[in-house]
Amino acid sequence: MAGVPLLAVERASKRFGPIVALEDVSLEIAPGEFFALLGPSGCGKTTLMRLIAGFETPDSGRLSLEGGDLFGLPPYRRPVNMMFQSYALFPHLDVFENVAFGLRRKGLAQEAVKKRVQELLDIVQLPDFGARRIDQISGGQKQRVALARALAPGPKLLLLDEPLGALDRKLREETQLQLKQIQRRLNTAFVIVTHDQDEALALADRIAVMRSGRIEQIGAPPDVYRRPQSRFVADFIGATNMIEGHVSQADGAWFVAPFGRIALAGCALPDGARAALSLRPEEVRLARDGDGLPGRVAQASFRGETTLLWVALDGGGSLRVSCGPDAGFAQGDGVRVTILPDAGALFAEPKP
Amino acid sequence: MSLARRAVLALPYLWLLVFFIAPMALVAKISLSHPAEARPPYEPVFSLSGGFAGVLEKLRLLSFDAYRGFAEDRLYLESFLTSLAVAAISTLITLLIAYPFALSMARAPLRLRPILIGLAVAPFWTSFLIRVYAWIALLKDEGLINHALMALGLIREPLGIYATNVAVVIGIVYSYLPFMLLPLYAALERQDPSLREAAADLGATPTEVFWRVTAPLSRPGVIAGCLLVFIPAVGEFVIPDLLGGSDTLMIGRTIWNDFFANRDWPAASAAAMLLLLLLLGPLLLTERLRLRDERQGP
Repeated sequence: MAGVPLLAVERASKRFGPIVALEDVSLEIAPGEFFALLGPSGCGKTTLMRLIAGFETPDSGRLSLEGGDLFGLPPYRRPVNMMFQSYALFPHLDVFENVAFGLRRKGLAQEAVKKRVQELLDIVQLPDFGARRIDQISGGQKQRVALARALAPGPKLLLLDEPLGALDRKLREETQLQLKQIQRRLNTAFVIVTHDQDEALALADRIAVMRSGRIEQIGAPPDVYRRPQSRFVADFIGATNMIEGHVSQADGAWFVAPFGRIALAGCALPDGARAALSLRPEEVRLARDGDGLPGRVAQASFRGETTLLWVALDGGGSLRVSCGPDAGFAQGDGVRVTILPDAGALFAEPKP
Repeated sequence: MSLARRAVLALPYLWLLVFFIAPMALVAKISLSHPAEARPPYEPVFSLSGGFAGVLEKLRLLSFDAYRGFAEDRLYLESFLTSLAVAAISTLITLLIAYPFALSMARAPLRLRPILIGLAVAPFWTSFLIRVYAWIALLKDEGLINHALMALGLIREPLGIYATNVAVVIGIVYSYLPFMLLPLYAALERQDPSLREAAADLGATPTEVFWRVTAPLSRPGVIAGCLLVFIPAVGEFVIPDLLGGSDTLMIGRTIWNDFFANRDWPAASAAAMLLLLLLLGPLLLTERLRLRDERQGP
């Protein structure tokens, strides 16, 4: 990353009593970046976000915005705004006054407030909703008002806490697209907190995968998906076949699975080391005949653009395989499974 | 609707009719009569002994004399005004004391809250009368408060609070504090804390968060608490009688004097009816506000 990052978190830790919420977390966010904090509930992603917003203070470590230390700066003095998971819209104010709240705190003149609120209501496609009461609008509209309210003061960084969590599936996909468009248009850095990997993959420029208060991996979505650095990341992001076995260095590098040997392009693990191989369903090649591990299609399920197959291997175990809709495999077909040497990701496993 | 359901619904209305509306009607009836040297001490307004003509005759005798009397008698006017002033001041002071209390209760750790509520209602475990009597011992010139302040050298002479309107206000504030505290607590406790965080996040200082978010959202609690204090405080009899001076003219006491000392039941009844009408005004107004609040959301 070139130049000064917009936000830098350096070795931040936070405990709540005996519970470690964050441990030694470091990350940098660039201006205009769409960044996702992804992880299961309780992984510390919300705590990290609250640290950035100023609702919590780190026990140790440092946060800085554009190089300036954020230590001791209360939330109302940080040029960072947050969109709350519950939206937290003020029920005693109408849509206009909700969006205007941050502008009024800045002491803007009435004319400027009006102009800016209308600008934001246009952006979130609710131009005529200013006079509505909060209980008169739908969940999807509330979500957009919350976004407009958080964007109104022109934050340098916008935090979004599970922004699409309360929406139904169809609305969520639409909103994802809009969110991305708005972010690109305003060129404001967005940090989204989510437990939904599809959302993170679809929206973010970079993803930080978190687990038990630590960051497991930071990278662009294709990176995190194709080259997971830990078994947890491989498991959490996307569907995968997690095969446990060990490494053999005799006569080239091999991964020895219960059902047979898989050649590896290279492997730093010593001979006999326990390991797990993560294979994406689309990384498994199927053929009618030829070399490869013999198996049989146990189940085929049509998914539209792909067909998902469960292949039972003759050597034991089964693999999830996705192939094109024209591949023509049906339940009961005999198949040969090939795994290319550079496919998948290999992780060392602890000794039992 | 089934008969059983109707019967269940009718029960509270029946209760109101027998124990609230009927006595009220009696008071209204007496207020239209004249005082008399009799037992009860007013001219009967209704009797069947004279037949139909007799009933008409009695109805003809009904008058608004008791009400007209108020226009001439400054005692009643002063009593009403003093009562309203004392009740209003007491309500305001109670609100100012109870609000920070309720706020800190609502923000206290979850496990402490039941204990704090228990402490807030603890005074109810002792008789109201005894607690007001205790204030005599505290407030009188040779009482605890004056004694302590003089011993500390803060004052040279007793404050002379006892038997004044100030003592009455202190008594009312003390006695009615829980009635203000509980509705305020209920309103503050159910506020979503993320609303305050959202306000702070949008640049509101803690003071602004309070005035822009916490206070407006607690309005239903403020209204309920003020009603629960103001209405009984206007008609309060025991506190002005025990803590007030001989010159403390409050309407509850004046009515009591008319009933028992002057034995002018029609005048006392008329004053009671007037008091009722007077309190009905703010009650209906706040009820309308409350309904509007409820329609408008949480």
